[in-house]
Amino acid sequence: MTLFIEQCLNGLQFGLLLFMLAAGLTLVFGIMDLVNLAHGSLYMIGAYFAATLTAWTGSFLIGVVMALAGTLVVGMIMEVVVMRRLYGRDHLDHVLATFGLILFFDETVRLIWGPAGLSLPLPSWLNAPVQILPGIYYSAYKLSIIVVSLAVAAGLYFLVMRTRIGMLIRAGASNREMVGALGVNIKLLYTLVFGLGAALAGLAGLMQAPILTVQIGMGEIIIILAFVITVIGGIGSIRGAFVAAIFVGLVDTLGRAFFPDLLRMVLSPAAASTAAPALSSMLIYLLMAIVLVLKPEGLFSAGNK
Amino acid sequence: MSDWLSARTLTVIVLLAALVLLPVYVEFTGNRFVLTLFTRIIILALAAVSLNLILGYGGMMSFGHAVYLGIGGYAVGMLAHEGIYSGFVQWPIALAASALFALVIGALSLRTRGVYFIMITLAFAQMAYYVVAGLARYGGDDGLTIYKRSQFFEPVNLSNKTQFYYICLALLYASIYLVWRIVNSRFGMVIQGSRSNDTRMRAIGFPTFRYKLTCFVIAGTLCGLSGALLANHTDFVSPAMMYWTRSGDLIIMVVLGGMGSVVGPVFGAIALLLLEETLSGFTEYWQIILGPLLLLVVLFARGGIDGLLGKVRYA
Repeated sequence: MTLFIEQCLNGLQFGLLLFMLAAGLTLVFGIMDLVNLAHGSLYMIGAYFAATLTAWTGSFLIGVVMALAGTLVVGMIMEVVVMRRLYGRDHLDHVLATFGLILFFDETVRLIWGPAGLSLPLPSWLNAPVQILPGIYYSAYKLSIIVVSLAVAAGLYFLVMRTRIGMLIRAGASNREMVGALGVNIKLLYTLVFGLGAALAGLAGLMQAPILTVQIGMGEIIIILAFVITVIGGIGSIRGAFVAAIFVGLVDTLGRAFFPDLLRMVLSPAAASTAAPALSSMLIYLLMAIVLVLKPEGLFSAGNK
Repeated sequence: MSDWLSARTLTVIVLLAALVLLPVYVEFTGNRFVLTLFTRIIILALAAVSLNLILGYGGMMSFGHAVYLGIGGYAVGMLAHEGIYSGFVQWPIALAASALFALVIGALSLRTRGVYFIMITLAFAQMAYYVVAGLARYGGDDGLTIYKRSQFFEPVNLSNKTQFYYICLALLYASIYLVWRIVNSRFGMVIQGSRSNDTRMRAIGFPTFRYKLTCFVIAGTLCGLSGALLANHTDFVSPAMMYWTRSGDLIIMVVLGGMGSVVGPVFGAIALLLLEETLSGFTEYWQIILGPLLLLVVLFARGGIDGLLGKVRYA
């Protein structure tokens, strides 16, 4: 039971982390109609910045805040230099151009930091387990990821739905020219939105960094999961991304933890241990296939293509 | 075509002839490396030609095409691992497995369009990647070495480099011819029509889903053939063969060469792989040049190499 609760929390934490990535992806797609494969690179850059700046300043918190600002700036530069030229182009162009960006970012990181991975050590106050229920301890750091992610999700909802900027963003999504004609600097707005998406990806990367190694290609692995989430949730829908991310996080984590045991009940132990790793990594894709069969546009489609 | 002796046609003829004569050049200079490099180029060109059928003509932006390279390759690798070396068993299984996978994935992903389609094909290809990486019996992450190439009847010997080169080249030319025939058939017209306006095609009464699915399966099967060749070429298969960046490479080849022309992808494959070879000779960090270069092609040269030679049918 303890293990089950712990794995559920792990799943929740992973799901929320995926939400940050998927939210940026779906925000940029929903508003600018832009497919950004290089979103995973921003995740990687956030992690590298955090690892370097923490080592440099000696403080985890200062390092993290600076890394976040750094990723925001990288995202905004990326928008001004490249992305701006891609609006209104074919999706295939987006895919190719951002694929080129991935190659560029991966290689730049290799050039600066070298091929070996980095690690981001946690400060002692985050490293200790805390008691969440009588007799049940959980990593303070993972718990703080859950809290921070939930706060970010709430903040994002508030920003998009309840503020003037959010109103402009939503207006810009439905009619770019009209908003521009009304005197809003739509170019700047788009740059800000892209920067926001980049910062979300960077935040996900730097929060994940202490748990995994910071390495080249870390973004390419996780970005696929973010795609799966956007497809399940419906492209352009932040609410859909939230629900789908938590769902995927739970299914993936619980699947990896308990699926081999379940398999052992029906198959021989030898066959189960051979098939389990392959099958448990298939679970979320099967989930996606089922959603596609039932609702091809995703669970919460925003309706605009 | 009235102006069939245009600069473009001439380039194509010269290129296709040069590829046939390449082993002669190798024989004279003794430069075996060129032969190995071009065998690889030709195999990947075959994969790009198959992708072009759905991407360029069908408008289906599959970002998981490398998965068939992996399936075709692993069919050969796994059978060899189990002691079955006959190409008459290996290759049909490679093709059938690719076709079956394409049928299932196509049936699911063709329910959607546009960016959904990109992401779904990508995700399913990645699923296959993880499944293969989880197969401990067949090497898992580390891949699988193939100790003996596919065996055919007596004079055919895939271990002979020149012979293997010509087999690959013949299969490439046959595939180009096949794609050309498909594209110019009634079936191909429906596919292209559905790329331009799917709703209208359905309104005239074509069940476009079935057409597109068939096209998707043909492309997957052809790419599976390329995978079987690639496994024989490298004597090794690993999950990296079907990693999603490999699918990206295939798309680059198609776009670089020029979509909507049957030989375009061959130009693209040659250009990309030679570029890789040259750049990696200059610097270890060659992708830092390739990435922005790709960006420039997307932004400023949409017709690709084929477009530069004139007569773009679709840009």
